[in-house]
Amino acid sequence: MGRITLDKVRKAFGDVEVIPPLDLTIEDGEFVVFVGPSGCGKSTLLRLIAGLEDVSGGQIRIDGEDATMVPPAKRGLAMVFQSYALYPHMSVRRNIAFPMKMAGLPQDEQDRRIEAAAKALNLTDYLDRRPGQLSGGQRQRVAIGRAIVREPAAFLFDEPLSNLDAALRHGMRLEISELHKRLDTTMIYVTHDQIEAMTMADKIVVLQGGVIEQVGSPMELYRAPRNIFVAGFIGSPKMNLLTGEEAAKRGAHTVGIRPEHVSISTTEGTWKGTVGVAEHLGSDTFLHVHREGAVDPMTVRVDGEFSAKHGDTVWLTAQEDQIHKFDAEGLRIA
Amino acid sequence: MARAVSNPRKALNTAIAWGIGLLIFFPILWTILTSFKTEAEAIANPPVFLAFDWTLENYAVVQERSNYMRFLWNSVFIAGGSTILGVIIAVPAAWSMAFVPSKRTKDILLWMLSTKMLPAVGVLYPIYLLCIQLGVLDNRYALVVILMLINLPIIVWMLYTYFKEIPGEILEAARMDGAGLKEEILYVLTPMAVPGIASTLLLNFILAWNEAFWTLNLTAVDAAPLTAFIASYSSPEGLFFAKLSAASTMAIAPILILGWFSQKQLVRGLTFGAVK
Repeated sequence: MGRITLDKVRKAFGDVEVIPPLDLTIEDGEFVVFVGPSGCGKSTLLRLIAGLEDVSGGQIRIDGEDATMVPPAKRGLAMVFQSYALYPHMSVRRNIAFPMKMAGLPQDEQDRRIEAAAKALNLTDYLDRRPGQLSGGQRQRVAIGRAIVREPAAFLFDEPLSNLDAALRHGMRLEISELHKRLDTTMIYVTHDQIEAMTMADKIVVLQGGVIEQVGSPMELYRAPRNIFVAGFIGSPKMNLLTGEEAAKRGAHTVGIRPEHVSISTTEGTWKGTVGVAEHLGSDTFLHVHREGAVDPMTVRVDGEFSAKHGDTVWLTAQEDQIHKFDAEGLRIA
Repeated sequence: MARAVSNPRKALNTAIAWGIGLLIFFPILWTILTSFKTEAEAIANPPVFLAFDWTLENYAVVQERSNYMRFLWNSVFIAGGSTILGVIIAVPAAWSMAFVPSKRTKDILLWMLSTKMLPAVGVLYPIYLLCIQLGVLDNRYALVVILMLINLPIIVWMLYTYFKEIPGEILEAARMDGAGLKEEILYVLTPMAVPGIASTLLLNFILAWNEAFWTLNLTAVDAAPLTAFIASYSSPEGLFFAKLSAASTMAIAPILILGWFSQKQLVRGLTFGAVK
């Protein structure tokens, strides 16, 4: 079981309030991702749940029990750190065994769980090595192994993939998702990478300045961002935001159009523009088109085979039913 | 980064380094040589360097006149005791300063260090009187405590610097893994800081061994360590340079041998943290 409830949880460092009172419920077995730009308080929030930081107010409940004053060792949670935080003086086996040793598990049970974790994480051949003799990806696996064997109520991940290169990151992303499906244990995952958030989460919590901007499934956030911040943060490349006449015409202060919701033509359309930079990904191409009379270029997603070169004149048309409208406060207009 | 240095330049550097090394070592070498001379040769002018009749007579006399082993045991007891006690007190202190610092941690560290800038003689009277009051003058245990207190700032500072090098996340990981404070210090922090703790132990053992001010002023017979043993030969009654040298050689020999075998550890300890 791993249902975590935050009730008016607040955190201040001295006079600076980094997290104003905040409510959040994480259901048992859910994969929740905290996402937001650097300094938005997502790691602090995770550390509050872990017990590594003391809350300045409010209550944290784990499976209904008040855990606000419970030390991290007694919360039954396991954490995977960005720096892996392995014990450098212990072998992989002893690293993985450490939490079980602290819990006083019998040796044969420890051995059984180590073998199982090592097998699941492809670490069997490395059990007698020290962390210093492993690659980044292997170290990350050891850190995950150390977390699994505890059979915790919930796993906490603090930007676990940001020290890995792009190829490994993708592989580990799949492994962690796979692990979640297999264990069916609550996972809270902190990242600043919206792709990780979109691909892994059951539920995304978007944070800015310590405040929850929106909570929802990846597709809910994509389809109906509650405000301009979420609209700009979720989705890659970023949503195009237009103000002024174009927005006023549609009865809004700002309108947002995703790159994939703009069609392009060389002969006709709503907006005339010239092609700037073209980013070729193979399957898709992202064109940055400078509209006549507009300052910022508009990003358009086109088929990878579409041919356009710098300086070409093109016509853009937005899919009107896919346009997001926001008021002067930046909030979504239904 | 190692750079390729031309051979003549390298040879010159080596020669200069050896020159400086020998210059620093010369007084010790001279003391050792003098200890094998007769009293007459010891004060001969011009001095003789190697061409003298080597003799062990001084050592025999010194051994006969004083109980070397008792002084040695006192030195070991006082230096060892104060170092171990100091480290036991300093590990938790350095832990809290390195990992749960408060606003005043830096001030406390500087204040602790500032006590080392006070001339020791400034507190000689109070401490001497205190020892009389408590009836612990010429007492080994009292010296263990006093030398521990004197070296404590250095021990805390050294351990603090080593602990600062250990990433806090590893200790947090231990906490998440269910370790209490005791387990965290015992199973995670201490093994990771072993090189640092070892060089702290060594350096402070040497400092306590060499400490002369308090050991000379607060001991007479029972607790007198090797510093007192040497001092007893610098009597105003006559100039027995050869015997004084023999006593000095016997007093510094154990620490020289210890230093020789642990120099790697010592150098590493002293430069630890200087470069990442």
